[in-house]
Formats: sequence, C-alpha cells, structure tokens
Amino acid sequence: MRYPQPYPGLSRSGPCHGKEPQRFYVLRLLRRLALACLPALAAPCGLQAQQPAASAGTEVSHDIEEIVVTARRPAEIIPTQKLEGKALEALSSHSVADALRYFSGIQIKDYGGIGGLKTVNIRSMGSQHVGVFFDGIQIGNAQNGTVDLGRFSLDNMEAVTLHNGQKSAIFQSAKDFASASAIYMETRRPRFDSTRTDNLKATLKGGSFKTVNPSLLWEHRCGDKVRSSVNAEYLYTSGEYRFRYAKGDGYDTTELRKNGDVRLFRAEAALFGDLPEGAWRTKVYFYDSERGYPGYVDRNIPGRLRNTDRQWDTNLFLQGSLLRRPLPFYTFSLKGKYAYDYLHYLSDEEDGMYIDNRYRQQEVYLSAANLFSILPGWSVDLSVDAQWNGLEADLADFAYPKRYTVLAAAATSLQLKRVSLQGSLLYTHVTDVTRRQGTQAGTRNEFTPALVASCKPLRRHDLSLRAFYKRIFRMPTFNDLYYTQIGNKNLKPEYTEQYDAGAVYAREWYGPKGSCRLEVQLDGYFNRVKNKIVAMPADNQFRWMMLNLGYVEIRGADAVATLGMTHGRLRATLRIAYTYQRAQDFTDPASEHYGDQIPYIPWHSGSAVAGIGWGEWSLNYSFIYTGERYEQAANTRYNYVQPWYTHDLSLAREIGLRRCRMRICAEVNNLLNQQYEVVQCYPMPGTNFRITISLTL
Amino acid sequence: MAVALLAAALPFVSCRKGEFVLPSTSIEVGGSESNGAIKGFFLLNEGNMGSNKASLDYYDYETGIYHVNIYPERNPGVTYELGDVGNDLQIYGNKLYAVINCSNLVEVMDVATARHEATVYIPNCRYIVFDDGFAYISSYAGPVQIDPAARLGYVAKVDTATMRIVDTCTVGYQPEEMVVAGDKLYVANSGGYRAPAYDRTVSVIDLATFTEIKKIDVAVNLHRMEADRFGNIYVSSRGDYYDTPSKTYVIDSRTDRVTEILHLLPNSNMTLSGDSLYVYSSQWSWHTEEFAASYAIVDTRSKKIVTRNFITDGTEAEIAIPYGIAANPDNGDLFVTDAGNYVTPGKVHCYDRHGRRKWSVTAGDIPAHIAFTRTRLRPLESPSDTGYGRVPHATTDNTL
Repeated sequence: MRYPQPYPGLSRSGPCHGKEPQRFYVLRLLRRLALACLPALAAPCGLQAQQPAASAGTEVSHDIEEIVVTARRPAEIIPTQKLEGKALEALSSHSVADALRYFSGIQIKDYGGIGGLKTVNIRSMGSQHVGVFFDGIQIGNAQNGTVDLGRFSLDNMEAVTLHNGQKSAIFQSAKDFASASAIYMETRRPRFDSTRTDNLKATLKGGSFKTVNPSLLWEHRCGDKVRSSVNAEYLYTSGEYRFRYAKGDGYDTTELRKNGDVRLFRAEAALFGDLPEGAWRTKVYFYDSERGYPGYVDRNIPGRLRNTDRQWDTNLFLQGSLLRRPLPFYTFSLKGKYAYDYLHYLSDEEDGMYIDNRYRQQEVYLSAANLFSILPGWSVDLSVDAQWNGLEADLADFAYPKRYTVLAAAATSLQLKRVSLQGSLLYTHVTDVTRRQGTQAGTRNEFTPALVASCKPLRRHDLSLRAFYKRIFRMPTFNDLYYTQIGNKNLKPEYTEQYDAGAVYAREWYGPKGSCRLEVQLDGYFNRVKNKIVAMPADNQFRWMMLNLGYVEIRGADAVATLGMTHGRLRATLRIAYTYQRAQDFTDPASEHYGDQIPYIPWHSGSAVAGIGWGEWSLNYSFIYTGERYEQAANTRYNYVQPWYTHDLSLAREIGLRRCRMRICAEVNNLLNQQYEVVQCYPMPGTNFRITISLTL
Repeated sequence: MAVALLAAALPFVSCRKGEFVLPSTSIEVGGSESNGAIKGFFLLNEGNMGSNKASLDYYDYETGIYHVNIYPERNPGVTYELGDVGNDLQIYGNKLYAVINCSNLVEVMDVATARHEATVYIPNCRYIVFDDGFAYISSYAGPVQIDPAARLGYVAKVDTATMRIVDTCTVGYQPEEMVVAGDKLYVANSGGYRAPAYDRTVSVIDLATFTEIKKIDVAVNLHRMEADRFGNIYVSSRGDYYDTPSKTYVIDSRTDRVTEILHLLPNSNMTLSGDSLYVYSSQWSWHTEEFAASYAIVDTRSKKIVTRNFITDGTEAEIAIPYGIAANPDNGDLFVTDAGNYVTPGKVHCYDRHGRRKWSVTAGDIPAHIAFTRTRLRPLESPSDTGYGRVPHATTDNTL
C-alpha cells in the first residue's frame, strides 16, 4: 500500500501551537533588582534578554527611557546562545529556524523552501526534546511533539535564545524546567522616545520564489502605565525553484520544484502594563495559512507533479502573564494560555491513497511561580503548572485523547562570592483519557532533577567555569500512543541525561574613540537518550508501530567566539560557532551498525558571521557549514551525504528622511549556487535574492 | 581556547567533491556450483519509501559472489537510478522486469546485462505476471469514482514486443498479486486504502476478452497468490491487524470457488517449488512485544501442513522480519530475506533443500523480490569507468 506519508499530515506538519508572551515589563522592579545584584531575581524578568550584543557588560533595558544599569551581568551559568537586535536583523534569515542555524550544537532538518518544514535538534537528542517558548510561554504540540520553527518569521522578533538544559534562573514556570533544552523567542516590546505616543513601522520584503511579504507594526502608549502593540504580516511565495541533480559520470538533470507555495497571514495584538512592584502582559495571536507539499524527489513519470498534497492551518491563542513583588522577599508570577490549532490535510492524487483529514487541538495552561529570597544570595522557587490538551480528528477508530498534566518544580539558588549553585527537582504527573475505556496509556508520575554549578576563579578576569547535570524526559506524543494502527499505548517516556562542563571568557577594551569586546564560550558534553521512541515497521513497509527501542550516546563539543568593536563611525562584528558531535546508536549489539553515527548528525558543523558597518551602511557576510554525515542508521557508502555550505551576503543602508527613517537591504543567499540537500530527496534552493524596505515613523 | 579548537578542527572539515554514480560491492558468499541451469538470481531491494533507493543485486552461482547495487553503474544515464520502492521482479523471455511502485513505472532491462531497455509508466503499479507475450501489471490507480476514497484498481496489459499498454481492465480495490490459471487471470484485491472497509474479493479476468467476468468473495485484505499444478490457487488474507487473523485460502480454478480455508496457516508470503508450498508468516504480538514467525510447508497434493519450520538448523532465530521468499527450482535452494529494522540494510539467507543455512549476506535496504536467471549476467565485474577510487566516501583529503 502506498501512503503519501507515514503519518499523513502530521509528521511533517505539526500544527504550530501558539506562541505567547510573558516577558515582563518590570521596569522599576528590574532596575531595583539589578542594582541589588540579585541575579536569581533579575534574570526571569528578562534582564539578560534585553542586552544588545555589543554592550553585554552592562545592563541595558530598552524601555521608555533606556536605562543603563551599572551592575555587571550575572554570567550565564548554563550554556546560552543568543541572537538579537541588529545581529538578528543582519542575518539573511526569513524564519527563526534560519537564524538558529548560526548556533552551535544545533542541527536543523530543513525540507527546503520558505514553506518547508524546519525542525531543530539540539545536541542530537531529537527535536521532541526541544522546548520552544514564545514570549515566555511554551508552544505545545501534544500531537507530535515538534514545533515547526520555519513558521515563525523574524519580522517583529527581537531576540532568539538557546539554553542547553534550562534557563539559569530558578524563578520560572515548572514548564521551563521540563525540557532537555529550550529556545526562547522574544517579540519586540513597545518603546517610545520621550515625547512620542505612537510608533509605526511598515516593511516590505520581496525576492526570489515570487515572494511578497508585507508587514505592519503599530505601537501605542496609553497613558503612563499601559502600552499596546499590533503587528500583522502577510506572505505569499510560489516556492518554486530550480534544482539540479548531476553525477560526474552519469545523468544530469535540472527540474523545477513545484507545489511549494505558501500563503499565510499572521496578526498579533499585545498589551503591556506596569503595576506597583510588578507588570502584566497579554497577547492574542492568530495565524492562518495554506501551503502545498512539494514532496520528495524521486524517479517518476516525466512531467508529473510529484506531490499535490495541501495543508491548511489555523492557530489561535490568547496568553497573559503577571509578575509582582508584594513583599521585599517574595515575588510571584502567574501565566495562562488557551490555544486552538486546526489542521486540514488533503492528499488527492489521481493514483494514490485519498486522505482528507482534519485535526483539532486545544490546550489550556495555567502556571504559578513563587520566588522567596531568603537571604541575600539564597533564594528558593516553587512553581506549579497545570495543563490540559485535547485532540480530535476525523480518522477511523480515532482515540480522541485528552491529557491532564501537572508539573511542580522546587528549585534553589545559592550565590556566593565566586560560586553559584542551583538545584531543581521537577515532578510531572500525566493522565491520559481516551474515548474507549482501556485504550489509554497508563498514568505517569516522574521526578527529574537538574544541578548547576559555576564559579569565577579569577579576580581580575571575567572567566567562569560551569557545569550542569540534567535528567529529563519527554512524554510519548498523541501520535506515538494513539495514531490509528501505529500508536502503542504501552510506550514509556523517553529519557535524556545530560552532563556538561564548560567555560566562558569575556574581555573588553576601551579606547578614546571606541571599544572592543571579545567573548569565548566552550562546552563539552555527554548525553544519553534512553527508551528512545522509534518507529518500527510492522509486517510490511507501510505499517509502522512505535516502540521504546533506541539507546543513543552523544559526545560533543560546542564553541562560540564573538568579537565586536566600534571605532568612530566604523563597527565590526565577528561570530564563529563550531560543533563537534559523535552521536552513536548503541541500540542493538548484534547489529552490524552498532555504534554508527545516527542519521543526519554531522561530525563537524559550524558557522561564521562577519559584519562591517560604516555610518549608515552595513555589509554582512554569513557562512554555514554542515559536514559529512549519513542519511540512515547504517554508515555505508550508499547512505553517505556530502558536506554542504552556503555563503550569504547582504548590504543595507539606513536613510534618514524628514519625518521617518528608511532602511533598505539587499541580500544574495547561497552565493555560489551550491546544489545541496539537508534531508535526503529534498533539494534546497540555489542562489536567491531578497530586498527589504522598511519605513519607521 | 575556542579559537584554538576552531583552528584545530579545520583540517578535519572537508569540502564537497563531485557526486558520482555509486558502484556495486562484491561479496564472496560461497555456495558456488557451475553446472546448474540456473546461473544466478537478481534481487530487488525495495528501499524505504521516500528515499528513492530501490536497488538491484545479483548473485552468481558459478563464482559464489553476491553483487550489491548493480544498477547505477550499468545505467549511469538513467536519471534518479532505479527509483522509489521496488515492489516486484520477474524475468520473461530475455528481459528483466522491475516494478517500481512509488516511481509509477516498470523498468525493463536486458536480462544478460541488466542494462536499461524500456520504461513502462503505470501509476501506482504493484505486481507483474506474464502470459503468451503479454505482461499483466496490477495497479491501484483505477478510474476515479464519485467518492474519492473509493478508487478501484486495474490491470494493465502490456505487449512485451512493443512495451506499450494495449488494454486495461478495472478490478477491485487496491489489487495485489495475480496468477494465470488456464485462460483466466486471477487478481487478489486488498482494499488497503479503505481500512477497515477492506476488499474481500478475487477478480477473475477472461484473458481472451480481457474483461472481468467474476468476483470471488474470499476474505479481507487479500495479498499473495500461488497456482499449483492441480488447478488450485492459494490466496493469502492479511487479516485486519486486529481481531481477524491472517489465513490462507484455496480457490479451485475450475469452479472459481473457495474450496478450502487453512485457518491455522497465517500467511505473509509464499512460494511454490514442485508440490511444496513454502509459507512464512510474521505476526506482531502485543503480549510479548515481539514478532512471532513461522515457516511452514504445505503439500499441495494433500493441502496439509507438512512442517511448521522448514528452517531446520535453528538459524531462523536470526531473522528479525522475514520479508521475501524464493526457491531455486533447479537445486532446491531456498532463500528467505530479512528486512531487519527496515532502515538498515537487510539480509539474504540461503538454505539447502534440507533447511540448513548455506550462506547469508547483507544486501540493500529491505531485500524482497528474487528472480532466478538462466542467463549469466555479464560483465560480472564493475565497469571500470566507475572505479571505487572515485566513491565520494568519508575521506578527509580536502580542507576548507
């Protein structure tokens, strides 16, 4: 039997769940906290999240009045990488997934084109172990556990941060403790020049693949305490591009990639408010799209459209959060979210299986976090989250699963003069309910710890050494457990264990006309994935079932170096990231391929970004490298994949007009027109262009 | 520190080299004998769906050498190689026919050289049989009905002299294997796209008029077919994977009725050799979370099960997922392929007529379909223009 996809519509197309805000706008509180040098308190309020890359030595809060706080930033005691502001803008990236390629320790699976699915895998543990947070609240997908980061555009995105393990701040929701690594996306928060009450920004992007992408942002100040932001974006792309497959001693073919078109509309509205000793924030998010799936490239009937599958998504969510410090030693935060995701998948090929399915997912999430500052330098956090997920689908024999999750975390942080220590324990309770009695998975109760330590051994140098251990799991998804004929309700959670040790060194130089800053991060790690949930075929290739079969060990090293300097009108930045990974499958000792590198994990990968600016001009070059790897579990010559690397170049100019500011940016991506694949049989685009014009009023 | 690491890493980081056609790999497995009428066999590896990795292997009886992946080097000009999901392999006349399901084509090769001769495009094609100069190919892609989920399948009739489709005949839902008995073609309809509303019929086509004359009600989800010399047709039902188990049915082609139900013979695949029908089954058990496999022989004279384990030396324990079965009509060698975990290369096991293993070899991904040849493949060695030295393998001679 031929089914277009093993999970029609699901595996490649996770309904992206909501996104939502939580970053607090705790101006005064922030300032006070930062000055008080209470890193444990400061961090969750988004302090670190607000530093422009070039001035990380000082606390800068982009706010109504840009406040420069003199306290030194608390060092990240867990490996963290961040791209924000100008650095983010300078990358030739359309989506968050494109930007994440510049981080070390990350592998992106990219099925090609603007509309293609893009999932991230951090330190080879698997994309379902990555928590994705949008403005502070996690984007869930109980159905398949992965979030398509290609869906999140960089328009209006202020910062993208990757944390291995968890954020190094104990004041956070229980959910923030609950994934093996996490990506935090932060959208722009309104900020105003002292006299203004409104900001307007209009952007138009266009380029290859018939891409048109207008967006509009309006920020408004309503009195002293409340600000609003409205942002809308539309995108159309045909997704069509030429690709070539050629053998030096054989065939040579060039074809047009088809059915990769995308139409999407996204709108967000947010309110931000200040309270005495606190802040609140709410957001509504709406996303609606239609896209085609171009499918994989294979030998086929000449001229035939390989795939005509289409998918429609509608995502809506509301979220809100509140942070207050009612007592000098007590701070709390409340968060809530409701998300609704609708997915319609249609496969209507003239000769294949007809699939016309609709999936509806809902999520309700509530969270409370409490921070007690017991002594200066010693604090304790208690957080409790509750969540409900439901999935409906018009599939035969569908289970209609619902899931109740309760998470409780206790964490403590001890900040001594040169040493900081953190420990957290997370309790997870999961109960599933299905329509027919006896078909649901058993209730789960799990305890998982994390330990973090860091120290600054040198008085005169900004060097910190750090280490962490974390054990965490992911629950089997609704698809793993209940997908008709595939799911296995007896699945156990998939566990990861991480050991990491590293160092960060930073140094700054100041001159009369400028400054220079160097930061170097280096981490080595060892990860284990146990009870890995893998799809095993049943009695023929088109029926699969899910089993807890895999065991993987990962040994790796991440290195990131950034250098930034300014001298008069000249600015220059350089960022280099490198990753080494040995990710071995130790599932079956009897296998010929025991100990082989797992699919799609290169031994070597890296990126380099160099920018140079002169006054209103800026020129940016970026390079991404993914080394040789294998596309299947057997590391044989038949599964070998060549390295790929792309060079991107962009030139931008800011133009000050009478009443507004204009920015024009021209990009050339994949400069050398390399024909490559990230995923087997999914060709990537060659050289392509983009022009961005934005007007800020 | 990091800078030093970066610098140290550079020599290990390699550049892209040109892409070249992948060569075959020769593996000496033994079992050689030089005077049989059967000179060797071709084996079609299905390859995982979506990977465009169907591949062709060849075993040579004279040298006892197994050649993995012989198609690309013999046909470097065929774009995208053999294709996606090999579903059937047969020899008729001096041609080798490979049915490539997801590539929607039948690849026709010269049986003596495995070089490309013709392509017959048939959407969603499944299996192929031959009779009197014509090839009959089953396909899921029948005419579109009002209900898009109820698409009937058809059988295409191809003139093997011209390689053109000369006629088609609509049958049941998602037709699978076929046999010719007398002047009739029998087609097993599965209805696999309509689960749980499976088809349960065998279509009977009159070959003279190429029209469906009858549908025989048998059981749900039919798949395999074998015709013995007594006019009986053995049909396998895959069951519904829930409460209805897999079984084997016997149709008498003279009366076109089901004459026997072998309740206790679950059937994943079967092959006929003389009067012995070799049947294996692998069924998933939720109790043990393992596959339970059985390897039975039915004596077609008595329609009785002679043994439940035709592998006699205990080596069946090494087979994870039996996937293909074939018997050499000449010397009685029996072949069972093992798809393993489907995503790593599978194995081919050869057993002698007494069920003792002679040799095993690692083939391509999902080794499945075997066709014995009376013409020895030539040339046997890899063509010299695709030498091994140019394989873009994990070498580190270039740096960035």
